[in-house]
Amino acid sequence: MAEIRMDDLTKIYDDGTLAVGEFTLTIEDGEFLVLVGPSGCGKSTVLRMIAGLEDITRGEMHIGDNLVNDVTPKDRDIAMVFQNYALYPHMTVRDNMAFGLKLRKTPKDEIRRRVAEAAGILEITDLLDRKPKALSGGQRQRVAMGRAIVREPAAFLMDEPLSNLDAKLRVQMRAELERIHNRLETTTVYVTHDQVEAMTLGDRVAVLRAVSPARPYNLQQVGPPHELFNDPQNLFVAGFIGSPAMNMIYARLEAEGEDVWVVFGDYRLKVDPRTLERHPGLENRTNEELVMGVRPTSMEASVIAGPDPDRTMRITAEVDENLGAEVFVHHTLNLRPVITPDVEELLADAGQTPESLGDTTEFVARISSDVDVTKGEQLDVVIDTRKLFFFDPKSGSRIGARSATAAAG
Amino acid sequence: MRWRPWLWLAPALILLAVFLVWPVIRTIWISFHSGSIINPTREFVGLENYQELFTNDPAFIKYDLPPWSALFNSALWVGLFTLGVIAFGLLVGVLADKVKYEKTAKAIVFLPLVVSFTAASVVFRLVYSTDPNIGLINAMLGLIGFGPVAFLGEPNLVNFAIIGAGIWVWTALSMTILAASYKALPEETHEAAAVDGASEWQVFWRVSLPQMKGPIIVVAVTMIINALKAVDLVLIMTTGGPGFSSRIVGFTVYWEIFNNNAAGYGSAVAVVLLVMMAPLMWWQMRQIRAAEAR
Amino acid sequence: MTTVATSPPVTAGGPRKGGRVKRWVVPGVLIAVTITWLVPTLGLFITSFKSRAASSQYGWWQVWQGGWTLDNYNEVLFSPSLPPPGFADNFINTIIITIPATILPIAIAAVAAYAFAWLDFPFRNWIFLGVIALLVVPLQVTWVPVLKIFNTLNLTGTFPGIWLAHTGYGLAFAIFLLRNFMADIPNDLIESARIDGAGNVKIFTRIVLPLSLPAIAALAIFQFVWVWNDLMNALIFLQTPDKFPLTVGIRNLLGQYGNEWNLLSAGAFLSMIVPLIVFFALQRYFVRGLTSGAVKG
Repeated sequence: MAEIRMDDLTKIYDDGTLAVGEFTLTIEDGEFLVLVGPSGCGKSTVLRMIAGLEDITRGEMHIGDNLVNDVTPKDRDIAMVFQNYALYPHMTVRDNMAFGLKLRKTPKDEIRRRVAEAAGILEITDLLDRKPKALSGGQRQRVAMGRAIVREPAAFLMDEPLSNLDAKLRVQMRAELERIHNRLETTTVYVTHDQVEAMTLGDRVAVLRAVSPARPYNLQQVGPPHELFNDPQNLFVAGFIGSPAMNMIYARLEAEGEDVWVVFGDYRLKVDPRTLERHPGLENRTNEELVMGVRPTSMEASVIAGPDPDRTMRITAEVDENLGAEVFVHHTLNLRPVITPDVEELLADAGQTPESLGDTTEFVARISSDVDVTKGEQLDVVIDTRKLFFFDPKSGSRIGARSATAAAG
Repeated sequence: MRWRPWLWLAPALILLAVFLVWPVIRTIWISFHSGSIINPTREFVGLENYQELFTNDPAFIKYDLPPWSALFNSALWVGLFTLGVIAFGLLVGVLADKVKYEKTAKAIVFLPLVVSFTAASVVFRLVYSTDPNIGLINAMLGLIGFGPVAFLGEPNLVNFAIIGAGIWVWTALSMTILAASYKALPEETHEAAAVDGASEWQVFWRVSLPQMKGPIIVVAVTMIINALKAVDLVLIMTTGGPGFSSRIVGFTVYWEIFNNNAAGYGSAVAVVLLVMMAPLMWWQMRQIRAAEAR
Repeated sequence: MTTVATSPPVTAGGPRKGGRVKRWVVPGVLIAVTITWLVPTLGLFITSFKSRAASSQYGWWQVWQGGWTLDNYNEVLFSPSLPPPGFADNFINTIIITIPATILPIAIAAVAAYAFAWLDFPFRNWIFLGVIALLVVPLQVTWVPVLKIFNTLNLTGTFPGIWLAHTGYGLAFAIFLLRNFMADIPNDLIESARIDGAGNVKIFTRIVLPLSLPAIAALAIFQFVWVWNDLMNALIFLQTPDKFPLTVGIRNLLGQYGNEWNLLSAGAFLSMIVPLIVFFALQRYFVRGLTSGAVKG
């Protein structure tokens, strides 16, 4: 077991493409770290550099106390689980799992013991004599895990290991992964595209993003899941983390004596002092256009929350998604949608374009399903104004945020 | 309406019947006769041709070796030629995948397949020439003090020399097929093996090669067929000589029929050739039927 | 220059099957093999531009010794000292033989392949399997009876005779390749054409044939090179010197001028030119045809 230390890691491909820049991150011994971000954000490249499958152009990579920049994959003492499992088609499950140990000349008894143990953990003992093509997707996934486990490596590297499974199996394997990690406590680096997976699995989560000329680094923010959720440092992280996504609205702050109000369209909400505390310098940004973020989960119907006229929005329930315990109510604000480079990137990842948004802003509120919502009727929603976020519309940074690079470090 | 499809098939089936089906049957019949090209069934002799072939023809089968004779030389071809073609095809097909000048290297190795065996034979008569001002190999041997070696005139060397030319021609096919199959292997299994601790050599030997088993067998069968059928290279390079030491079965058919005007005897050799190929034909048909079923 | 990409390629930087071999081993072995493969042809090529004296006095690898000349080509092609026909006639004969012997089998095979792929008749699969079996028959087995038929029909020593021979021998492979390609055309396409009122002839000419062009192109190149390079069929079925193609011409040259390497080289190189041009111009089809045809058959 070991920590993995990356200092100013940079990857430039032969054709000159910068894939990863200024990547500095230390993964602690025994930690489960998730690299998450849209496709093309460089997360897999970072993982492959840790594995030794991609050369490091600049910077240093340490696994434990060893500088491994020029160490081949086979000598790095890591095990990897691939997206397509990469099982050797010509070997049985047993041979697939034993292959790495055989190459290391592990004694036969020891190989047998470890394979049996890993097969037991993964409940694949019955499958040991089958070939991969006779296995289901979920079973292949388990074999791929087993091949990593028997190695007892310094670290596990996992490249979107659950992405080829159907939804139900994915939830099941997610729980399994957590159980295995709790049992083995091996340092794990896990790449995923799915922020729910990231939030449920990671001790810490690192949010990555494709580099741009203005921003030659990938890492946006790294921290425990609750920190990313409650304290996003920029629009990109705020928009990427959380489901449904944070509402983004162009808004203005107005000072009125001691109080600060946020104004957008016909709405006026009183901003709680705790929001101001979390945004040092926000009081100086009155009367200019900012981006306000508010999570659907920071709202409740006024019939439940109690009347609070200073913090209430009257909305029309145009669409409602009833999930049983809660209802997501959709409403259209007659305001132009927030479009910044950060938002565009998030849209692109969801297969949308800025044009597809039209010229109104979608607003989603989560309320308790105890409230009767009738489509087309009006509804009063109380906003928890302690949990508002304000971003600079140009840079996308949170007002008063630690600088992005500091956040990354 | 029922007969319509046969209209589509008729020209092809008639030609196939005339040029392949009927001749095969007829040749088997002729092989029981003694006769010339003009009159192949002059005299019915039963199994005499076969008896002669297997007991009394040192050019076809000879029990005190060397020099070897057609049947043994064909066995040598089947082994050495097939092995050489697969080995070099794999070598070039796999290694070229790792360099920038892949296309150039492959084009050069491919070239011999588009020239005729006749031209290839001239090329190798040039290469093997005993004259140190003509033959490159003898020129190089001369440099290190070896006298000229008659590659095509020495019974113990001639087969290896011709097989060398055969490998030069046919490696192109094996390279093309094996390179395509190598490129189609899932990249991730190679990476998984590297992470599992395999050296590059082990990755190739224990992960890539076993996955290429199918195409390698296909190439092997094709090459065995080519080795058995071969006529041109031997005909132009040595006409089976010196003596009969470079004869092979495919060549012997031609030689007996057209040089010795022994149509019946040559047909017997052709039938032996057909029998030798039968298991390969059966294997290929099974392969194709399996592919159809998919 | 470092450029910035919005979506960097996932596996850029060249294929890396399994890490690094010592940097010089791969190129070293590969270049050695490639040179070994190139040198014989290169020797032939250079020798063909050397005078008789130069070619016997210096090795061709002493490239600059003894000067250069085009005389060999001139002599091989046009010299009256060579036995008739001259090489120029051989060249023309090869062209006369090759073109119909390429078109005929493909045309007949395409029609038959359509029947095997899309028409229904009894024993369809068995007959097709029979065609596949013929794929491997060694031509040696057919020579005597076919020659006998040719003699009866006065086809021996004629161009139509050799065209027919190449057609008969090339058919099995052509049918096999084209049938497999045509069978992969989506059923919906054929059925919708039928519903639109097209008969088999229309479906064949308007839909199946145009869609099969890639396979036909690959096959045509194959058959062309095969016939161009053929020696045995010409030797056996032509027999008359004034109809001999290049390959037979070279063989006769060898008999006459076994040690005149300058002339032999020029002759051999002349016979290679057209296949080489075809190969370099149409390499892509060539390789594709080879992998599709040979992997299965």
